[in-house]
Amino acid sequence: MHDKNLTELAAGLRAGDFSSEELTRACLERIAAHDGELNSFITVDEERALEQAQAADRRLAAGEAGPLTGIPVAQKDIFCTDGVLTTCASRMLENFVAPYSATVVEKFDAAGAVMIGKTNMDEFAMGSSNETSYYGPVRNPWNPDTVPGGSSGGSAAAVAARLVPAATGTDTGGSIRQPAALCGVTGLKPTYGRVSRWGMIAFASSLDQGGPIARSAEDAALLLGVMAGFDERDSTAIDRPVPDYTATLDDDIRGLKIGLPKEYFGEGLEAGVARAVEAALDEYRRLGAEVVEISLPHTHLAVPAYYVVAPAECSSNLSRFDGVRFGHRCENPEDLEDLYKRSRGEGFGDEVKRRIMIGTYALSAGYYDAYYLKAQKVRRLIRDDFARAFEQVDVIMGPTTPSPAFRLGEKTDDPITMYLSDIYTIAVNLAGLPGLSLPAGFVDGLPVGLQIIGNDFEEARLLNVAHQYQQVTDHHKCIPSGFE
Amino acid sequence: MSLDKHEVERIAHLARLEIDPAAVPEYARNLSNILDLVDQLDAADTEGVEPMAHPLEARQRLREDVVTETDQRERFQAIAPQVEDGLYLVPRVIE
Repeated sequence: MHDKNLTELAAGLRAGDFSSEELTRACLERIAAHDGELNSFITVDEERALEQAQAADRRLAAGEAGPLTGIPVAQKDIFCTDGVLTTCASRMLENFVAPYSATVVEKFDAAGAVMIGKTNMDEFAMGSSNETSYYGPVRNPWNPDTVPGGSSGGSAAAVAARLVPAATGTDTGGSIRQPAALCGVTGLKPTYGRVSRWGMIAFASSLDQGGPIARSAEDAALLLGVMAGFDERDSTAIDRPVPDYTATLDDDIRGLKIGLPKEYFGEGLEAGVARAVEAALDEYRRLGAEVVEISLPHTHLAVPAYYVVAPAECSSNLSRFDGVRFGHRCENPEDLEDLYKRSRGEGFGDEVKRRIMIGTYALSAGYYDAYYLKAQKVRRLIRDDFARAFEQVDVIMGPTTPSPAFRLGEKTDDPITMYLSDIYTIAVNLAGLPGLSLPAGFVDGLPVGLQIIGNDFEEARLLNVAHQYQQVTDHHKCIPSGFE
Repeated sequence: MSLDKHEVERIAHLARLEIDPAAVPEYARNLSNILDLVDQLDAADTEGVEPMAHPLEARQRLREDVVTETDQRERFQAIAPQVEDGLYLVPRVIE
């Protein structure tokens, strides 16, 4: 059962070939068998999952099922889940049982999906390797000595290892696309405002966006259809109808104009990754697309701008963790300041502290104009680059990451090297655009991701373009050895 | 931009973070490196560029001034470290 895609699983459930309870038990068994090695889950809630599965079976029997009814889905542990531990992979929230569910979780519940558990991630989504998790690193199913990427590393690894058919992620600087690339799965970061952020623990509010991690574009289309939509409770959600993302998957892409930013193919890009991306572009040429070189001249400023905007917003957002209302509290505080400092000092890991401190510094008296304001201006330059590009081309393509999965521990001592693994994904967040990563081959047995960037709200086009590639290639169908 | 030990301690205080004194030099080194990376922004010509607050230029929505929340105090306080009679407890602030 673990090798079926969502469409096949939904058809099997409807035809009565298997029940949601059987499917859910099969997932739970795979998690029990394999997750000791991968560590992709922080919480597996068997009881809740089986209750939801039985409820789904009743809906299926009554003929009231939607496309995801009865399908097991894993939630990144950044989404609040009513009555279920929600840790954000931090000691700070080690004891936090959320008193409400995120909009995304409510939407999956309403669709009748089964929440199988909560996936591991970098602490508060700050990281690119899943090594900042308080619950230990996740291992990449393609090679357990390498990282799965981050921050949604648990979700990507669990989907790649076929422990669950689908999972959610969040992407602030590449946290869906980069682990999707490193684990050989399909991940989509929607347009800023497309998916509600309500109940998704905030890191950098002007960049954060939730999205699906799945085995194929077709599966991602089904998931996004459930996740997307306006929400009164998210002040930056955009009120705009949600199209049927599956309806346009089969559209012909002859005549599609693909832009290749020359800045994404320069120094730092590993040769094997470049070759895989070139081969994918040849495939698109055979499908009738036209490939042209473009320029995004402010690309080199994206990582510097990001490391002002994201830490500044993080320092503000994470001020809520004060040891008073919820979360970790130190023992025997002497006074209020001691309570704040020790609760936060003990509750947060090093990377989170570094980002809070960079943000605090950038926003402190006298520095606001030089850092935050400057970065917001550079953000506009970056967005304008994309706007000019989309006057000439329909989509932009390039590598998702400069290299395939790196080794555990390889970059943990040097934050800057780690930050540069998001060099091709970060600009998309700064510009608010949708971006998708899909498997485009392998280098030395490790997956390579092709990134497709679209204009605002062009998720349907990204999914269509990705799906057409997946009709003529089988990289997305490859399963890591030991997980067949 | 290079931060010294005292600046790191000042920032940690502003952020209400306790940092192990032995770890301060490493924080100073890492934070200085990050600020060096960020300083590349100085080279960008942003004369006359409007800062971007929202990618789609969306403005904050207003809603009707009506009550939309229900009272969930007990539910929210059930997960608090220390409460009494519906109040959150912290160490005494006024002697």
